[in-house]
Amino acid sequence: MNKMRPFAVLAAGVLAAAGLAACGGGDDEGGSGSGPGYNAGVNEVVSKSDKKGGTLKLATSDDWDAPDPGNTYYAFSQNFARLYGRGLTTFDPKAGDASLKVVPDLATDLGQASDGGKTWTYKLRTGVKYDDGSTVTSKDVKYAVERSNFSEELQNGPKYFKQYLVDNDPAYKGPYDDKSDEGLKSIETPDDQTIVFHLNEPFQEFDYLVAMSQTMPVPKAKDTGLKYESAIVSSGPYKVDNYTRGKAMTLSRNPHWNQSTDPIRKALPDKIEVQLKQNADDIDQRLLAGSLDMDITGVGVQSGTQPKVLAAEQKPYVDNPVQGFLRFMSLNVHVKPLDNKHCRIAVQYATDKVAAQTAYGGPLAGGDVATTVLPPTVAGYSKFDLYPQKQAEGGGLDQATLAKAKQELQQCGQPNGFTTKISARSDRPKEVAMAQAIQQSLAKVGIKTEIVQFPAGDYFSKYVGVPKYVHDHGIGMMIMAWAADWPTGYGFLQQIVHGEAIKPSGGNNLAELDDPGVNKALDDAIQNPDEAARLKAYGEADKLVMGTAAEVPLIYAKALMYRPKRASNVGITYSYGGMYDYLNMGVTE
Amino acid sequence: MFAYIIRRLIGAVVMLLLVSLVTFGIFFWLPKLAGQTTDQIAAGFVGKAPTPEAIQDTKERLGLDDPVLVQYGDYLKGIVAGRDYKAGPTTDKCPAPCFGYSFRSSQPVRETLVDRAPATASLALGAAIIWLAGGITIGVISALRRGSLWDRAAMFIALSGVSLPIYFTGLVSLALFSYSLEIFPGGGSYKDFTDDPVRWFQSLVLPWVTLAFLYAAMYARLTRAGMLETMNEDYIRTARAKGLPEKTVVTKHALRASLTPIMTVFGLDLGLLLGGAVLTESTFGIPGLGRLAIDSIRSGDLPMVLGVTLITSISIVVINLIVDLLYAIVDPRVRLG
Repeated sequence: MNKMRPFAVLAAGVLAAAGLAACGGGDDEGGSGSGPGYNAGVNEVVSKSDKKGGTLKLATSDDWDAPDPGNTYYAFSQNFARLYGRGLTTFDPKAGDASLKVVPDLATDLGQASDGGKTWTYKLRTGVKYDDGSTVTSKDVKYAVERSNFSEELQNGPKYFKQYLVDNDPAYKGPYDDKSDEGLKSIETPDDQTIVFHLNEPFQEFDYLVAMSQTMPVPKAKDTGLKYESAIVSSGPYKVDNYTRGKAMTLSRNPHWNQSTDPIRKALPDKIEVQLKQNADDIDQRLLAGSLDMDITGVGVQSGTQPKVLAAEQKPYVDNPVQGFLRFMSLNVHVKPLDNKHCRIAVQYATDKVAAQTAYGGPLAGGDVATTVLPPTVAGYSKFDLYPQKQAEGGGLDQATLAKAKQELQQCGQPNGFTTKISARSDRPKEVAMAQAIQQSLAKVGIKTEIVQFPAGDYFSKYVGVPKYVHDHGIGMMIMAWAADWPTGYGFLQQIVHGEAIKPSGGNNLAELDDPGVNKALDDAIQNPDEAARLKAYGEADKLVMGTAAEVPLIYAKALMYRPKRASNVGITYSYGGMYDYLNMGVTE
Repeated sequence: MFAYIIRRLIGAVVMLLLVSLVTFGIFFWLPKLAGQTTDQIAAGFVGKAPTPEAIQDTKERLGLDDPVLVQYGDYLKGIVAGRDYKAGPTTDKCPAPCFGYSFRSSQPVRETLVDRAPATASLALGAAIIWLAGGITIGVISALRRGSLWDRAAMFIALSGVSLPIYFTGLVSLALFSYSLEIFPGGGSYKDFTDDPVRWFQSLVLPWVTLAFLYAAMYARLTRAGMLETMNEDYIRTARAKGLPEKTVVTKHALRASLTPIMTVFGLDLGLLLGGAVLTESTFGIPGLGRLAIDSIRSGDLPMVLGVTLITSISIVVINLIVDLLYAIVDPRVRLG
């Protein structure tokens, strides 16, 4: 490896951070422009308007995994699908902390829990119609859940319903293979307006699960399976006129949508256009030029655009929210010598998180230094720091922090340090830079690391998400990022630290943490109907995770988001990972 | 001539079979040799937290557990006889020639290729006309005025064209001509010719010029070098001694002889571009085969990668066949047989 590279990357990172700080100041000043103000959209919906009409022009450098509400996982897709579909519940279209609240959507109210949280009943609103004029019924919601969770064909989305609903005996094969009228017995539809879910264990956050797009109704007669993504039946205010993979999607008004059945949507623009697979830098240019209203990927502007949007005239149109992502490094508890907790604690102290933050783009474009696994925008977050660090005056960790790391190395029987590997995604240069910064800081206490890089597309499925591969290749440290499937402690933690989340391949519990205390804390919390106690328990579970020292939180991700002047009702929603809420967005011209 | 074409076509079919076999082997067989399991491949096509059941279902749906030779046999059979695909409640029929279904989107590969090919063809052919006309003209003039200010300036611009990457010239041209001067529409504005011919033309002007700038530079240098060599040949001196006008000497004798190597390179370049101009398509947001190839490789969508590879191979074979036939027309010394 080129020995100068880490220094060059660090220097570039410092310069970039300095440049951004010089441009932006890193504070909440509004800049000299005349817009709503810097960070105005983080806690409030700005450019509020009820003006109808016009075309909302959107773009993304990506494409959907699938726009079929029953076959998608992407956060922007979950956010966007609410324009053409209505789940039983959704998130309040407000900004900041208020966006974390679950509100009824297709249902008249939140779920009625019984049987200690094992049975959940929802009543549907009357008069909700599809774009073909037919009426939405509870059977369509049941069918939507069955097809999305139990069919062999639709595999992109999460499978929480399959995990938590009582299965048939013999196991239900999904509506494409099981042609019986009864379908999954644990979802009952006593009448067209009522749906009852029977769970195999108490689950007190079921209202969050039914906020996923998988409860958006699908009429059985209109389901075309894998081809449904190009013939979606709309229950929301817009219908999908056209979706061509890799090219574009266009939406226009659903003539049968009735505002009186929908208290949360405004349905402002007449038309919505989404261009797909666009050049990310060009998207930024178009946002600044005003020819585009939003980048729906929701991860902020590109590195080259960041100084431009922080210039005085543009800064009032910029938001810099915490995104709900944690960037962290998992320490595999089965790879020697990290199977020893003291070795892991040594890494906790010796990882210079400020250097990692700088390498990832600094405090504005990278994020805030993290000390917990739960990010601040997730319900249940509790602020603490089990492994406090201090920076030396000239940069880098101070001697006291390094001394603690060395002390832990003594206790783990590796007084001179040890050797292991750090993994990062090769096509994510900031992540690689972060690995290099960590490599340098660990070297100061004698922990020598080799950086191994894998393509992002295969990172979990073929490499670090495969325990055998990790053990065979001695990869002790793995950098990754995670956002919650729903914004509570359980939604965030379960998939990355619960023992049940260890998979033979494609798993996200990279540390292979299977700590009885952590598992129990999460299992108990999700069964607790007392919301305040449940949220408190998540903070405690987080402390237990950090107590194992198996996860090194690096940064709570932040992004520089640009709010084009033409777009109205623009506010950050934490429920979809700190992107703008697309539900009520319109255009002012 | 007819027998020659038949022989070339048979050779082309054999070559395409070999290409498909090698490509299939690279993407389907080598990963297995390298120790990758079908579970790991399948995990790439389910959500971010795949269950073992989901992985098993996906393996069965994609036929990943079948021996590679069986999968290759099914692939060839699909091309000849078509194949069926279970899309959920119904079974989808993919008529021959069927190149299989995308692992990622489950859409038929052929449909996607047919959908993307016009954009790539529009881009490649338009740019080719510009770079051929521009490159050859500049090359000829530079050769005739060797050492002049024109020659030096032209070669400097040519060097710049070769040196500047398309994602730089493309983004600069977009910033200048689309977002500042607003002369041309910006990125992502491409429409198919059949949908909106005016928009099709407007949206392609910048990509054509940007792509042609790169190739014209190379062709100008190539033409100049060829012309300089040819102009020193004895038969050129003879032609001049016979009193032929300089224009005739240059166009009928020197340029025709210099064109043969240019045509060879042109055949390869155009053939490759018809398989996708990756950077240009990405920079200008043109939904062509190049972008499809990159996306498919990134996402491990093997049938789609295979489809684009075959299309590229077919383009190269066909264009080179045409070039070979043109040799005989451009250069009378060449006889096919």
